[in-house]
Amino acid sequence: MSDKVSNPTSTPTHTPASNAGSDAAGNSASNSASTAPYELVIGLEVHVQLATQSKLFCRCSTRFGAEPNTQTCPVCIGLPGALPVMNREAYQLALRTALALHCEIPAFTKWDRKNYYYPDLPKGYQISQFDLPMSRNGWLEIRDPKGEFAPKRVRITRAHLEEDAGKSMHDEVAGRADSRIDLNRTGTPLLEIVSEPDLRSPREAKAYLTELRLLLVYLGVSDCNMQEGSLRVDANVNLHIATPEGTIATPIVEVKNVNSFRAVERALAFEAERQYEAWLETGQRKGDVPKQTRGWDDQRQITYGQRHKEESSDYRYFPDPDLAPVTITVEQVERIRAGLGELPAATRTRLESDYQLPAYDADVIVNQESAFVAYYLAVADGCGDGKQAANWLTQEVLRLMNERNWTIGQFPVPASGLVELLAAVKSGKAPATRAKELFGAMVDGSLALDAAMERLGIAAVSSSEIESLCRQLLADNPRIVADVKSGKAQAAASLIGQAKKRNPNVNPNDVRATCLKLIEQM
Amino acid sequence: MALSRADVEKVSLLARLQLGPAELDRLTGELGRIVDFVEQLSELETREIAPLAHALDVANVFADDVVKPSLPRDEALANAPKRDDECYRVPAVLGE
Ligand SMILES: [Zn+2]
Repeated sequence: MSDKVSNPTSTPTHTPASNAGSDAAGNSASNSASTAPYELVIGLEVHVQLATQSKLFCRCSTRFGAEPNTQTCPVCIGLPGALPVMNREAYQLALRTALALHCEIPAFTKWDRKNYYYPDLPKGYQISQFDLPMSRNGWLEIRDPKGEFAPKRVRITRAHLEEDAGKSMHDEVAGRADSRIDLNRTGTPLLEIVSEPDLRSPREAKAYLTELRLLLVYLGVSDCNMQEGSLRVDANVNLHIATPEGTIATPIVEVKNVNSFRAVERALAFEAERQYEAWLETGQRKGDVPKQTRGWDDQRQITYGQRHKEESSDYRYFPDPDLAPVTITVEQVERIRAGLGELPAATRTRLESDYQLPAYDADVIVNQESAFVAYYLAVADGCGDGKQAANWLTQEVLRLMNERNWTIGQFPVPASGLVELLAAVKSGKAPATRAKELFGAMVDGSLALDAAMERLGIAAVSSSEIESLCRQLLADNPRIVADVKSGKAQAAASLIGQAKKRNPNVNPNDVRATCLKLIEQM
Repeated sequence: MALSRADVEKVSLLARLQLGPAELDRLTGELGRIVDFVEQLSELETREIAPLAHALDVANVFADDVVKPSLPRDEALANAPKRDDECYRVPAVLGE
């Protein structure tokens, strides 16, 4: 049954955390109402690289992995006199995402300079959006098909379009006290998506990130590759503690450098306990100390305090005089909204209502890439049984994809091949008992059904062939016939073994039924 | 809104400019006169005027998402005070 299928490992963040410590902490936080003496309050900031060919304000390539400093130009390294021009595609991708997040799109938006010094920021400012972002006030719904938390709409404060910084690397080879700067990434378009502090447990935070990434991949606006830094997460977290004098809030901590969704979950669970102990020790409340930034150390599984950058919050934003503002009409917004296509939440609902799938199955299917959903729909429509199709996909197809590290696009058997197999089983052309074996042969040899049947030596046995085989068997075994006639129907079982020896393709049930029928007529 | 010496000190820190006491005094005076000059605008009645985000009346200036050649690496690195064959070199970045 599908509820025994473990979550697909091709999307590792779906795998439940196996670390016992993290799970214990996660549970105490997610059940905070009943067990923990505090409520965990989490807001997430996600930076996602948009899938453009060229950068946000110049036409340098955004390709990942190029030789250092080979994808820069006067605009993105901030040489005097260079003029940035907005990438239309980046703006469109940002707009699609904002609409999919149910954001309002203001008629007017502009870009501002956020001034700070850092070696990977060659202009001395980042072009970002301050008081008039391109979108605001949206939401993303999260659900847990296992019911560990109630469905909720996480409010999105804003999503705005900005440029990325470069990369600094420590020179380990030469061992000198220098950092090396690669500015290839400088100016790559980023969408910063800021949530309200609506998340209440590490599990909810992970569900939010998983759902957000799924949405971004469905929209095709980002590859969301965390290893390559296409999706980065910062978490703002504090506690609301019930005390005799009322609820108090602990100082807000921003956790940075969290490089996987599982690490986000663990870092938040760690912070919950650390902040509670810090509060017991110091009694410090929100407002007593400036906002602290902490990094996540994945090796030691702890957060650690980061050096407080002096004056770091004084960014002196002002409108970038080099960039023209952008205006948009309601008609333009509606046209883009209409072209978004079906998004994951709607697909889940459709699979549950039109294909009678349990929420869990619908979730497993939709959480794959959209091509997997298309494969499912083709199989379900082709065989006319949504649940049967879901069982085959969540069990056989996903298992094989995970085992062999395939995407559904690389899967050697097309949906039509699986439909053909299911139809052959239904008509009796292929034995139901060997359906999985047959599918395995189709997959291994990239074979059509007939070729796979031939390879396994499975030939369709007609009913007249079965009947003549059974007549022979009965003639050769008068004693069994007598036993069955005297009421011992189970005596027919030994006929099945003999039948299989004479023709391995016969269906045992057919042999039994045919023999019993013939004996009755004798 | 007069500009104070402390303001100039803070801005110079943010701009990574190391200013001596004499320079701070001089710049407080010079920058102060610029701020006072701009300050004259506050004498105008602006309640009926919509805020402006850009000096020119232009909007929606876009470029197509088409990759064009970047600078050769040697040219890109040409102005760096310190570099190697591939990268800019800067004093070690700490704390991140
Ligand atoms: Zn460039």
